[in-house]
Amino acid sequence: MRYNLSLRQLPLLLLCLLLCTPLLVVLQSALQPDWQLWQHLTSTVLPDYLQNSLLLAFGVGTGALFIGTTLAWLVVFYRFPGRNILQWALLLPLAMPAYIIAYTYTGLLDFAGPVQSLLRETFNWRYGQYYFPEIRSLGGAVVLLSLVLYPYVYLLARTAFAAQSQRLAEASLSLGLNRRQHFFRVTLPMARPALVTGMALAMMEAFADYGTVQYFGVPTLTTGIFRTWFGMGQQQGAAQLAALLCSMVVLLIYLELASRKQLHFYYSGQAHQQVRYTQLSGFKALLALILALLPLLLGFAIPASQLALWALAQWPTLFSAEFGRLLWHSFSLALGSAVLVVSLALLLAYGMRLHKHWLVQLMVRMSGMGYAIPGTVIAIGVMLPLGAVDNQLDLWLEQQFGIRSGLLFSGTLFALLLAYAVRFLAVALQGIEAGLGQIKPSMDQAARSLGLNARQVLWRVHVPLLRGSVLSALLLVFVDVLKELPATLLLRPFNFNTLAVRSFELASDERLAAAALPALTIVLVGLVPVMLLAKALDKTPNKE
Amino acid sequence: MKHAVLALLFSGLSTFSAIATFSTHAASAQVNVYSARQEELIKPVLDKFSAQTGIQVNLITGKPDELISRMASEGRNSPADVLISTDVGRLYRAQTQGLLQPIASQALNAAIPAHLRDPAQHWFGLTMRARPVLYIPGKVDPKQLSTLEDLASDQWRGRICIRSSDNIYNQSMLAAMIASIGEEKTLAFAKGLVANFAQPPKGGDRDQIKAAAAGVCDIAIANTYYLAGMFDEPADAKAAKQVKVFWPNQNDRGAHINISGAGVAKHAPNKAAAQQLIEYMVQPEAQNWYATANHEYPVLAGVKWSPVLESFGTFKADPLPLVKLGELNSKALLLMDQAGWK
Repeated sequence: MRYNLSLRQLPLLLLCLLLCTPLLVVLQSALQPDWQLWQHLTSTVLPDYLQNSLLLAFGVGTGALFIGTTLAWLVVFYRFPGRNILQWALLLPLAMPAYIIAYTYTGLLDFAGPVQSLLRETFNWRYGQYYFPEIRSLGGAVVLLSLVLYPYVYLLARTAFAAQSQRLAEASLSLGLNRRQHFFRVTLPMARPALVTGMALAMMEAFADYGTVQYFGVPTLTTGIFRTWFGMGQQQGAAQLAALLCSMVVLLIYLELASRKQLHFYYSGQAHQQVRYTQLSGFKALLALILALLPLLLGFAIPASQLALWALAQWPTLFSAEFGRLLWHSFSLALGSAVLVVSLALLLAYGMRLHKHWLVQLMVRMSGMGYAIPGTVIAIGVMLPLGAVDNQLDLWLEQQFGIRSGLLFSGTLFALLLAYAVRFLAVALQGIEAGLGQIKPSMDQAARSLGLNARQVLWRVHVPLLRGSVLSALLLVFVDVLKELPATLLLRPFNFNTLAVRSFELASDERLAAAALPALTIVLVGLVPVMLLAKALDKTPNKE
Repeated sequence: MKHAVLALLFSGLSTFSAIATFSTHAASAQVNVYSARQEELIKPVLDKFSAQTGIQVNLITGKPDELISRMASEGRNSPADVLISTDVGRLYRAQTQGLLQPIASQALNAAIPAHLRDPAQHWFGLTMRARPVLYIPGKVDPKQLSTLEDLASDQWRGRICIRSSDNIYNQSMLAAMIASIGEEKTLAFAKGLVANFAQPPKGGDRDQIKAAAAGVCDIAIANTYYLAGMFDEPADAKAAKQVKVFWPNQNDRGAHINISGAGVAKHAPNKAAAQQLIEYMVQPEAQNWYATANHEYPVLAGVKWSPVLESFGTFKADPLPLVKLGELNSKALLLMDQAGWK
């Protein structure tokens, strides 16, 4: 019965349709290829776009996977000095907008920057006489994006590692595996869905990145979309490039699903014990500390210090009423959208769990694709249909009743929220789905057979088990919205400014010192929920 | 579950109604501005305008093409009165999409030279910026320098820094060249220039100047206000002092210039106030503010330049009607793709 489509699924499908609309609007103009333009693109720039986009996404995916998994492994299975602070501090790079870290590292490592200048002065070298890695390159972009995106993997991997039963470890050991073998043959494969999800998120973000690659002069599909759309005024060509980007993401999602399909792990439903950890001391403890500090230093402490140094000269503006308003706008917008997006994700994730119909599954998947699409493309996809609805309604009302409704949706916070929902749904959905996936369906059945109704199952079984995933999802969306730029820029109402917009405007005018204060504030505001979440996650029981 | 979701939704919505109270609503007289100039470089002028006239100014800033898309999508209900852009290409694009209306204003025609405004009066230049050649004295003898076209010659192999062709200033520069010497010669120039790059294009205009000062290249191409702005910031002033300005093409068409400008929206609900605002922006007070605060050349004759601009010297500017830059923009881009200019 549950494989049939029924009226009960209609609201869910309509919601998905709303969330897919922006993407469909952009993609529908891709249906009439302009062959002349494509000939130009393929003979000149397209091979570069494709190659760079793929290298970037896979590079960042691998980098984030490696850093995030290593850190989660250290933090979950070992105890060393500083571990308790590090376990949440390692999330901090998340609060660093990618283009900001690109600007700060360029300032530091560029030929004209302090590092190379110092080297030259110390050793009396000149340009061309020594080798120094070029930060503004594809490799540089991969490293910097990996440094700010690894927390996606870390967050999910940590939860997955911590949720594994100690009994499994005991079973492995009793079957003759040593600890290393247990980690590689049991722990890691069991955490694979979470790891792949984190990696997919990092890759999607890398596909959508515009600020960093544009500043580094690395031509990717994303920069190509902008160039074709705005530089050449070829909206269709740009939409076709966006379609190409989408197809890569579809492939990515498919691979992720396929990897999940082969493996299904659930909580066993039996009593869990805390994961057994090893207390490190001496040289090993120091090594672990250094290993865990490194990404934090590179992804957070160094760029934040550089920002603070630049911001020092600007601090009096901190106390202006205008700055207070910026702060309030950014914070409330991020909080409200996080709550909204996570609620939507919960609805959809449950919809998928309850309705196994292929159409439901497909529509929910499509709703989550917005994460890999550049924010501007989404924003335009939101703006065009809302504008059309507004104007049609206005015209109709005028013809029928002689009244005009003007713009009801365009230029309102509703438009902005819709864009955020489309763009960041994947972030929330992936985490919640991973959490939900670990709740064995038989647990529902057992609870029901014990006399609980559906609602009680939800509150007494699912909510406690999902708490960690929901909180993580709230954090990720909050921080993402806080950093979000293109949709905010395009869709916001009059006189509505945010920290990200402010910092971007100054940075794009190449006034990095002035841009540093709002950028640093974004990072600091992002700190608050990271710390709150860390506290809350520590309390989340995994032994119930 | 439903309750939890509803509660979450409600708390989210209440946050937003709290935000909404911050957005300003209808005052008696107002004008709505869509500005591709960032807030920092437009708000002070708008505030002065409000103080003088009592007209409230509502502002959205953003990237020019996106603001144009937004105006188009909002259609006849668009609240936009004035569109402000930092280059002529975008104003032209708004005009060809039918988003601007012609304004007959004696004040504007008197203040702005004819080649810096639309012949059909849809848009008006408010300030000027130039894109000269910057060189390192000692490494480059200014006598070796002549025209922009000459930078494609062999003597500059591996000595030139310029940013990516994604940038509109480079697109406009090439569009101007196409208008003067034709597509074929411009393509040859672009190919020669690419062969002379000291490094693959990256970073902004300021970065090119810093690279030249650090010894990566001997010549950088950048807009005047970027160079001038560097003198204001201690961290960048050192690099800025190491380059000198050379005005190219002084014996033929003149140095390439561009404008920041504005136009009145087709469906402007406050047309009179919109015109009043644009007229205010070419009066000495506003012109002087741009000349000093952001080192842009005033369009109004007789307004004093900032000392830094004075130090760059006077020059002959290309008198090409700027509408051409808009018409030839996409052609310039295709051509730069062909030349392999990243």
